[in-house]
Amino acid sequence: MSTVTPDQLGHGHDDHAHGHPTGIMRWVTTTNHKDIGTMYLWFSFTMFLVGGCMALTIRAELFEPGLQIVNPEFFNSMTTLHGLIMVFGAIMPAAVGFANWMIPMLIGAPDMAFARMNNWSFWLLPPAAILLVTSLFVPGGGPSAGWTMYPPLTIQNGMGMDLTIFAIHIMGASSIMGSINIITTILNLRAPGMTLMKMPLFCWAWLITAYLLIAVMPVLAGAVTMLLTDRHFGTSFFNAAGGGDPVLFQHVFWFFGHPEVYIIILPAFGIISEILPAFSRKPLFGYASMVYALAGIAILSFIVWAHHMFTTGLPTAGLLFFMYATMLIAVPTGVKVFNWLATMWRGSITFETPMLFCLGFLFLFTLGGFTGLVLSIMPVDIQLQDTYYVVAHFHYVMVAGSLFAFFAGVYYWIPKWTGTMYDERLGKIHFWSSLISFNVTFFPMHFLGLAGMPRRIPDYAQQFADWNMVASIGAFWFGLSQLIFLYAVLKCIFHKGEKAPAKPWDGATTLEWTVPSPAPYHTFETPPVIK
Amino acid sequence: MSSATTPGTAPAYYIPQPSHWPILGSFALLMMAMGTVAWINSIAFGPWLLLAGFCVLLVMLFGWFGTVIGESEHRMYSKRVDMSFRWSMSWFIFSEVMFFAAFFGALFYIRNLSVPDLGSLGSKILWPDYASAWPTEGPYLNSPFTPMGAIGIPLINTLILLSSGVTLTIAHHALKAGNRGSLKLWLFLTILLGFTFLCFQAYEYHHAYTEYNLKLTSGVYGSTFFMLTGFHGLHVTIGAIMLTVMLVRIFKGHFDAEHHFGFEAAAWYWHFVDVVWLLLFVLVYWL
Amino acid sequence: MIRIRRGIGALGRKVLTGAALCATSAAAWADRPWNFQTPVTPIAQQQYDLHLYIFWICVVIFVGVFGVMFYSLFKHRRSVGHQAAQFHENTVVEVVWTVIPFLILLFIAYPATKTILALKDTTAPDMTVKVTGYQWKWNYEYLGEGVSYYSELATPLAQIMGQAPKDEHYLLEVDHPLVVPVNAKVRVLLTAGDVIHSWWVPAFGVKQDAIPGFVRDTWFKAEKVGIYRGQCAELCGKEHGFMPVVVEVKSKEDYDKWMGEQKKLAAAAADDPNKVWDQAALVARGEKVFNANCAACHQAAGTGNPAAKIPALVGDPVVMGPPNDQIHVVLNGRNAMPSWKSLSDTDLAAVITYTRNAWGNKASAGLVQPAQVLAERGK
Ligand code: HEA
Ligand code: HEA
Ligand code: HEC
Ligand code: CUA
Ligand SMILES: [Cu+2]
Repeated sequence: MSTVTPDQLGHGHDDHAHGHPTGIMRWVTTTNHKDIGTMYLWFSFTMFLVGGCMALTIRAELFEPGLQIVNPEFFNSMTTLHGLIMVFGAIMPAAVGFANWMIPMLIGAPDMAFARMNNWSFWLLPPAAILLVTSLFVPGGGPSAGWTMYPPLTIQNGMGMDLTIFAIHIMGASSIMGSINIITTILNLRAPGMTLMKMPLFCWAWLITAYLLIAVMPVLAGAVTMLLTDRHFGTSFFNAAGGGDPVLFQHVFWFFGHPEVYIIILPAFGIISEILPAFSRKPLFGYASMVYALAGIAILSFIVWAHHMFTTGLPTAGLLFFMYATMLIAVPTGVKVFNWLATMWRGSITFETPMLFCLGFLFLFTLGGFTGLVLSIMPVDIQLQDTYYVVAHFHYVMVAGSLFAFFAGVYYWIPKWTGTMYDERLGKIHFWSSLISFNVTFFPMHFLGLAGMPRRIPDYAQQFADWNMVASIGAFWFGLSQLIFLYAVLKCIFHKGEKAPAKPWDGATTLEWTVPSPAPYHTFETPPVIK
Repeated sequence: MSSATTPGTAPAYYIPQPSHWPILGSFALLMMAMGTVAWINSIAFGPWLLLAGFCVLLVMLFGWFGTVIGESEHRMYSKRVDMSFRWSMSWFIFSEVMFFAAFFGALFYIRNLSVPDLGSLGSKILWPDYASAWPTEGPYLNSPFTPMGAIGIPLINTLILLSSGVTLTIAHHALKAGNRGSLKLWLFLTILLGFTFLCFQAYEYHHAYTEYNLKLTSGVYGSTFFMLTGFHGLHVTIGAIMLTVMLVRIFKGHFDAEHHFGFEAAAWYWHFVDVVWLLLFVLVYWL
Repeated sequence: MIRIRRGIGALGRKVLTGAALCATSAAAWADRPWNFQTPVTPIAQQQYDLHLYIFWICVVIFVGVFGVMFYSLFKHRRSVGHQAAQFHENTVVEVVWTVIPFLILLFIAYPATKTILALKDTTAPDMTVKVTGYQWKWNYEYLGEGVSYYSELATPLAQIMGQAPKDEHYLLEVDHPLVVPVNAKVRVLLTAGDVIHSWWVPAFGVKQDAIPGFVRDTWFKAEKVGIYRGQCAELCGKEHGFMPVVVEVKSKEDYDKWMGEQKKLAAAAADDPNKVWDQAALVARGEKVFNANCAACHQAAGTGNPAAKIPALVGDPVVMGPPNDQIHVVLNGRNAMPSWKSLSDTDLAAVITYTRNAWGNKASAGLVQPAQVLAERGK
């Protein structure tokens, strides 16, 4: 395969390079973007199950009032690790998995720009996951100050918090390396004729996401480093006695944290923008304005962070500024939603599973966007901050948003990945079961929040009992529904199903459909020419 | 797996062989993280685990960079790969900029918002006697210190770093002109200046701890002072090591007038460290 | 076995009830909470109206947008034979749907801005209360009145652990609620002693973080007599869920009467710091103070929590050492150890005496008198 023979490498090269390893070593040492993409996706799904089990622990405890299953400290650790693992372990790696698999194929490149570093970006994740999960079992208990890790509560946490801090450092390094790789690949390895404005929108979405990642992951690293020194080396960044301020941490964290939520959603936007046109059999409406909207969201995302801090007592001018800036994000996001609708308008629409998940995404993400808008109205947020309304909001945008989009992406591309069509009937069951159970789980949380139930509590007052019971039942149902997905994916991997043609979707137009299914181990060794 | 090439010419895309360096690096970081956590929580094996992890990391760095250097010297990197390196180094430096931005942001916030707030009228019910000022150890620590002035070592260090930027540029020009003797001399001078800077900084820290009672624990002033200058010092160290590696490579006959991105990358990094110092000098020492 | 089976049976019944709830009649739905609590202050009222106003705007947009989507899904299906058009751009519509949402936002921003200006206006209060959050209780101090007390969860543990039926105000009951007069503008100064808490009363539209070392303020003007309940709204450790806020709004007369009683009580409780105590009495009193304030960290048995860097007090050198050093640490705090200046001299003397004699500790100077604390406080 490679034209680079080992003897060309001369000294300094190791002997493992003779021939491709097989078995486990293939995966450990691989420099192939498809292998790495696959590992990212499996890692992500595993972490989704781990984080999901933590969510189920939370929901089981909240099934009825009173303390039944876990003690409050463990509950707080569950909440904290559920948030961290879902965000950093499940959603972000899934997005990078898609990027690895698809970006080279979408732009006609043979692989990622830095194939060896790509391997490291992935293999940094398992150690981070080990650190996170180990933190539950060390003296002093797991981190229990929420995924936002606000001091001084984090200062009180035990050794688990230190493990978490280093896990975040390592995951940050992984994200930064992954992002540099993606940006470089997109900027430098496009096939001849593939101008930036001809790139599939998924690449644009990732280009901008990667930029956001490089800009904010180091800031998070800085924030947790300050936490670490405050905890162990006597600095006073977040300690008023020494002239610091606990709120400083919140500013630094949310300077990372708000762009982070768009890091979570933009790749999903990209996937939706690939799939909707394919199943509407019509080109994407408003390509240019889609790109501008992505850029607009990214720029705005840097100046809205304090909407998470409306109750910390900011000065009036700050409140107004951050409220207005936050509201503005509805405009570019609206442009995207409208463009998607216009893409479907007068199309020739069919409803295969990827399309169903896209529609589910559109409907529920917009709903989550609207609750975001409600939260951005500072006087209203006073009532809603740190309640289940916020929990409902972000699960609508992250679960029914990102996660649904990733499901759509998997169903859409799995024929290309495995060479086998997924089981359409299973896919549809998965969709409907997820859609309904998702709403059973998270819709009542709006009511809970409005009525005054705080988040991050293991026990609650009587008037919240009914909705919590409904939500808990929904959660278990939603979790079980994901086993259908697992089964559907495994069926493809073991080739139990129809053989997939090179281009199973008649409306699809991008480059990956020009290569056979499954995509050969190496694609586009000679770049295609785009007219 | 790149487009076909004849031996000796670079393929359009270079895709490396499977490599075990990354997994080794991950393993090293896992050990180091576990070791550090154990250490700061007073568990005996901590420092040893950290040390072991660090050794593994060194092995990995030597191996990996050795491989890259080997590939580079065999001219396996085409113009396009060279371009990739340039993009990636720029974005890497951008990420470093953002890391420092977090700490400069903290300094800004502390000086302009939290310290004045602690001394304001509204805070009198908590800190009746505190008058906000900068430098400060905060309202409650009560361990007076002398702040670090800008004149003296910091000023000397500024001059050192600035001149090291100049010597490095001269070295770069010499490289492009094919004048290897002058290249070696000026690069060596640059490194020397770098290490002189570090020695001065070490002396300054020692002085702060012993004479000024200025410590990492001296409230926010101590925290921001040591964290900012400390991370900068760490970056100077890394930059100086990078330059040293370049010097060794030059003695081995690597690089020519066209192919020397390794050198340029180290130089970019050095200039970045330089700029950060200027900001530090103005914002931490001077104002 | 039987117990397990019964447990499963009970669980099954509950699941069924829950499932039934998802599908019950409108009448059952009406009882469930689904909106903000009934407001009793002007600000809360504005928030309530603002929320509904935005809510309806969103509903209208939502119905509009997804009306279009479902129309398209229905009419432009391939299964009804619709052929795809090929248009993919139209600058005019794209500008229109950028500008219109922007205009809608202006209509939302205007009333929101007015409310923000109103709720940030803490000037000219009728009275001021200083509220301090602790793990896990609130301290209320009526500034200028010399009245101050703690307010803690009053729900018995048995109810939480499921060994007793739960009251109506399960988890929302405290021993001493904050008491305020009706129709008075009450300014609330907030701070905290350990970690961040957040003081929240939904019916008042007030939620303000209490940040250790800093003072933040907010205000409310309750317009209806009654008891209003809220909770701490910032994760503050293991009992964050057990830290209710209860405010009792009384008529002016009742409030004055109550305040009079409080002042009398306060006078009686204020111990003379120069009184000389005997050791046994101080130890007895100190144990209560310790369990109420210190045991959260140092544990009732004085063993501390080494993993969280909380030193054991058993055999601790500071506890065994000269009394003034210990008084200094306890009074002023150090690192994660909070300052205890809020306790009275007598309570401090008691707790210190207690630690010097409890759990087998035998400090050389075992007895610390309130006067010593007073002297140290003066330094
Ligand atoms: C994928 C992740 C994601 C996304 C995309 C968003 C999107 C948005 N979020 Fe969300 N948010 C989170 C994840 C996300 N959020 C998380 C994780 C938290 C909690 C963190 C924590 O505390 O743990 C949070 C919390 C959060 C808060 C703080 C709540 C609190 O703690 O008090 C706020 C407040 O302003 C907010 C606002 C918004 C807004 C305005 C958007 C906007 O981007 C939404 C824009 C979209 C639309 C508005 C819909 C489509 C638009 C149209 C159809 C056009 C027409 C519409 C109008 C004119 C109204 N979010
Ligand atoms: C993208 C990220 C993401 C995702 C996918 C999820 C998914 C889910 N979350 Fe998540 N959640 C967060 C991000 C996410 N969450 C964040 C950031 C927080 C804030 C944390 C904080 O406050 O600090 C949070 C907080 C949070 C809370 C509030 C906790 C609290 O305040 O104390 C709750 C409560 O119900 C909850 C529930 C759920 C549920 C039921 C799911 C479900 O969707 C999970 C479904 C998945 C599974 C269930 C696993 C898969 C299935 C199996 C393993 C099969 C076996 C299953 C059965 C036997 C039933 N989450
Ligand atoms: C929020 C947790 C917390 C509470 C509540 C608390 N302490 Fe402490 N205490 C600490 C910590 C942490 C330290 C160690 C401080 C340090 O880093 O030096 C400490 C130190 C001490 C010391 C000094 C011990 C030594 O060896 O340095 C004494 C004495 C002490 N506490 C007594 C008390 C008393 C008496 C109370 C109650 C009135 C109390 N503490 C309440 C956390 C707490
Ligand atoms: Cu106090 Cu939460
Ligand atoms: Cu946000």
